[in-house]
Amino acid sequence: MDAPRSDRNPWYWLLVVPVVVPLIPALFNSIEPRLFGIPLFYWLQLLFILLSVAVTLLVHWRTRA
Amino acid sequence: MSGHITEIVVFTALFALVSGMGFVASRWRRADDLASLNEWGLGGRNFGSWITWFLVGGDLYTAYTFVAVPALLFGAGAMGFFAVPYTVIVYPLVMLILIRLWSVSHVHGLVTPADFVRARFGSPTLALLVAITGIVATMPYIALQLVGIEAVLKTMGVSGDLPLIIAFAILAAYTYQSGLRAPALIAFVKDTLIYVVILVAIIYIPARLGGWGAIFDAAQAKFDATPAPGDGILLNANNQLQYVTLALGSALALFLYPHSVTGVLASKNRDVIKRNMSALPAYSLLLGLIALLGYMAIAAGVTPIGRDVNTVVPQLFDRMFPDWFAGVAFAAVGIGALVPAAIMSIAAANLFTRNIYREYIRPDATDAQEASVSKITSLVVKVGAVLFILLIDPQFSIDLQLIGGVIILQTLPSITLGLFSRWFHRAGLIAGWVAGMSAGMVLLYNISNPAIDHAHFGGSAFPLEKLGLDTKMTVYAGFLALIVNLVFAVLGTLIARAAKVADGPDATRPDDYYADAGDPKLRDLEISGST
Repeated sequence: MDAPRSDRNPWYWLLVVPVVVPLIPALFNSIEPRLFGIPLFYWLQLLFILLSVAVTLLVHWRTRA
Repeated sequence: MSGHITEIVVFTALFALVSGMGFVASRWRRADDLASLNEWGLGGRNFGSWITWFLVGGDLYTAYTFVAVPALLFGAGAMGFFAVPYTVIVYPLVMLILIRLWSVSHVHGLVTPADFVRARFGSPTLALLVAITGIVATMPYIALQLVGIEAVLKTMGVSGDLPLIIAFAILAAYTYQSGLRAPALIAFVKDTLIYVVILVAIIYIPARLGGWGAIFDAAQAKFDATPAPGDGILLNANNQLQYVTLALGSALALFLYPHSVTGVLASKNRDVIKRNMSALPAYSLLLGLIALLGYMAIAAGVTPIGRDVNTVVPQLFDRMFPDWFAGVAFAAVGIGALVPAAIMSIAAANLFTRNIYREYIRPDATDAQEASVSKITSLVVKVGAVLFILLIDPQFSIDLQLIGGVIILQTLPSITLGLFSRWFHRAGLIAGWVAGMSAGMVLLYNISNPAIDHAHFGGSAFPLEKLGLDTKMTVYAGFLALIVNLVFAVLGTLIARAAKVADGPDATRPDDYYADAGDPKLRDLEISGST
């Protein structure tokens, strides 16, 4: 081991975004606009999955040992 | 029953196939011998990204999830969709927590979350509380997997308890023989089946029902017609707080369950865990789509068998799919129950062996003795789960699952916060556990559910007006209990320090929490766990 290992890395703070955004109902608690007939409430929350994947991938990539 | 012959044949054939795989699994990635907990209970601690993905996914997204989440949308509407934000936020939330747990567990050879608490806070009592909490919270969870199988059997017209007992006896036998390798291998088949079934379902069923717009319109019409104020395809002002706290509380609880920890500890390095945290949300997408099956069932005019709403999804499949494919779908649910049930019983058995048997009954137990005690305990746990289902009304077991979530959350200060800080005093954590657990029970006791004739333990949404607040809002009971727990843990810690009560020794060192595979300090484990 060269430098002491650490989990301190500013990139990890980015993980806050996909944790907080899905917990704000004001963003998605609506029927319109629909997508393929699916109300906003449902399709936007499914879209947050992609947000979560994108952020965790980015953080994983930027914090690799 | 005569109308379901094709379904039963397909179901039985697939079920037999995976049972065979379960027995063969002991030869897979073979170890020198299975007579240690590292091998039997953690698969040699050597699983790579793919296996971990299937194993943890198979473990967290259970048959019960696939049956109960759509049932919740069927009954209550938007509230049931909480499962989506819950499984979205859980991975970024726990990524940092779990890699620390992985590292410290590998340096010290820890197998269970209670092992960690024992090492960190030097308190066998606190470790015992954490172990018992884990076992108690897991039991109803295993029983609920049976509820999933039962719903499928009911839909195929198979009645009586015998088929259920046979299915579980087979499961018990191959878990006994192969340990964690069995569910890891079967998880491949399970997930493939479930992905195929769901992809077909979300394309084929909406097309038959007149499109997504028609499905949501039917759901809205149903909820508009009911007198209940809380349902609807959107949240209302009173249940938004419940939605958010339930999603957050469930996410915090998920990786406190001993079986999720088992899946994570079995992975071979930190990178596997981090990669999985970005790959596991693929299951969340699946879960979101599965949830919508509840609305499809409304649009298709499905009604539950008896009062068992868990039968709506199997019945939807029965009505929409050709017989042979309905059989495949039922097998997916049935096999989906076996994987988590196996992992959960292994995790509960590990807890008993490490934190009760070895701590209090035989401190000098050898690896081989530990493994054999775990194998026998896993059988006992499964027998307990079967009895649970046979003797208790299924509706009651679902309430126990809610209680399970509330109580497992009470180990958060010791485990999750303990991974980051040694500030808490062991006496404070014990005080917090007792206070949080009591508060949780009192809150749950005071939740009624008129829809199922339960005056108490009727759900997890606690009305704030019972605390004297002038509002109709509800909040997740586990969340309130956790706040009580934290307040008492902080106060208890301050009092214990002021009174100079002896604190337990901390066996871990700061850099243990960053260790990765390949570090010199992990060498011992790598030799004993090599294949």
